[in-house]
Amino acid sequence: MLRNLFGRNKSKDQLKERLKLVLSYDRAKLSPGSMEELKRELLTVIKKYFPSDDGDYDVKVEQQGDRMVLVANLPVNAS
Amino acid sequence: MNAKAIVVTSGKGGVGKTTTTANVGAALARLGEKVCVIDTDVGLRNLDVVMGLEGRVVYDLIDVFEGRCKLRQAIIRDKRVDTLHLLATSQTRDKSALSEERMRETVRALLEDEGFDRVLIDSPAGIESGFQTAASAASGALVVVNPEVSSVRDADRIIGLLEAREIPEVRLIINRLRPEMVKRGDMLEVDDVLEILGVKLIGIVPEDERILISTNIGSPASLEEGGPKVAAGAAFRDIARRIRGEDVAYPSFEQPKGIFAGLRRVFGAG
Repeated sequence: MLRNLFGRNKSKDQLKERLKLVLSYDRAKLSPGSMEELKRELLTVIKKYFPSDDGDYDVKVEQQGDRMVLVANLPVNAS
Repeated sequence: MNAKAIVVTSGKGGVGKTTTTANVGAALARLGEKVCVIDTDVGLRNLDVVMGLEGRVVYDLIDVFEGRCKLRQAIIRDKRVDTLHLLATSQTRDKSALSEERMRETVRALLEDEGFDRVLIDSPAGIESGFQTAASAASGALVVVNPEVSSVRDADRIIGLLEAREIPEVRLIINRLRPEMVKRGDMLEVDDVLEILGVKLIGIVPEDERILISTNIGSPASLEEGGPKVAAGAAFRDIARRIRGEDVAYPSFEQPKGIFAGLRRVFGAG
């Protein structure tokens, strides 16, 4: 919050985030397009077992140490 | 670095491969090493003009490859530092004249038969056969990167290809850093680039207009000592010392951060 009060949005921070994202796709040899497709197919399967209309899904590849991992954060309706 | 044959590469063009090869090569030679710099950018020859040796090229790397001259006849000795040598490339041929096998044999002959201590191979831009041939003879690599989006992305690709070739020593040179832009938050910091690319750093070279002036006159800036300090020239000399295994501290190009940055850090820690 203080960062927002005192500093403007630094362009280099935006670049850093963009680079991390694009390099994670580059390294996984995956296009952002096929990532979207993977996400859609994954959600179809998940929804079959956990019917939910919560749209807050997050699927991404990220670097963990030396390897690339696919991280999926898919909230399921527990009620 | 233990590597005696080092490829200078970047993926992207125009980031300073040739300037780095000329300056680091000259600085290593000034430190007493017998150095040969090789231009492998067939068809786009430039290392000769950057070093001011264009008037002395008779035979080139492709002539050596194709047996039109002996290796020794193609080696040009520098006029300022007598341990510095250039092997120019052909301006009239194309990359198809390159051969990984001949490249490896030429580098072996330079190190074993001609008694060179170090060979720096200036790679062409790109990831195709020119780069692959340049990398094929190397056991170390200097990856030159500018702190901007396309250069960092291309460097990441090149680092992947160097790792695929199992080149043991891959080191990063961050070139054309602009401290005032870093201070404003409009340019990636050194730590950002290292975090993203995940390779070891061996040099930080600030943007310096005197590099252009030194290439105008064909004299590597790293050879200019005394007189007005050429920041980039000094940075290239530091890189040469680090290649030789010396522990050289990095000068701080960053100005102290402002009072608000300091406050933010204090509050942020709470």
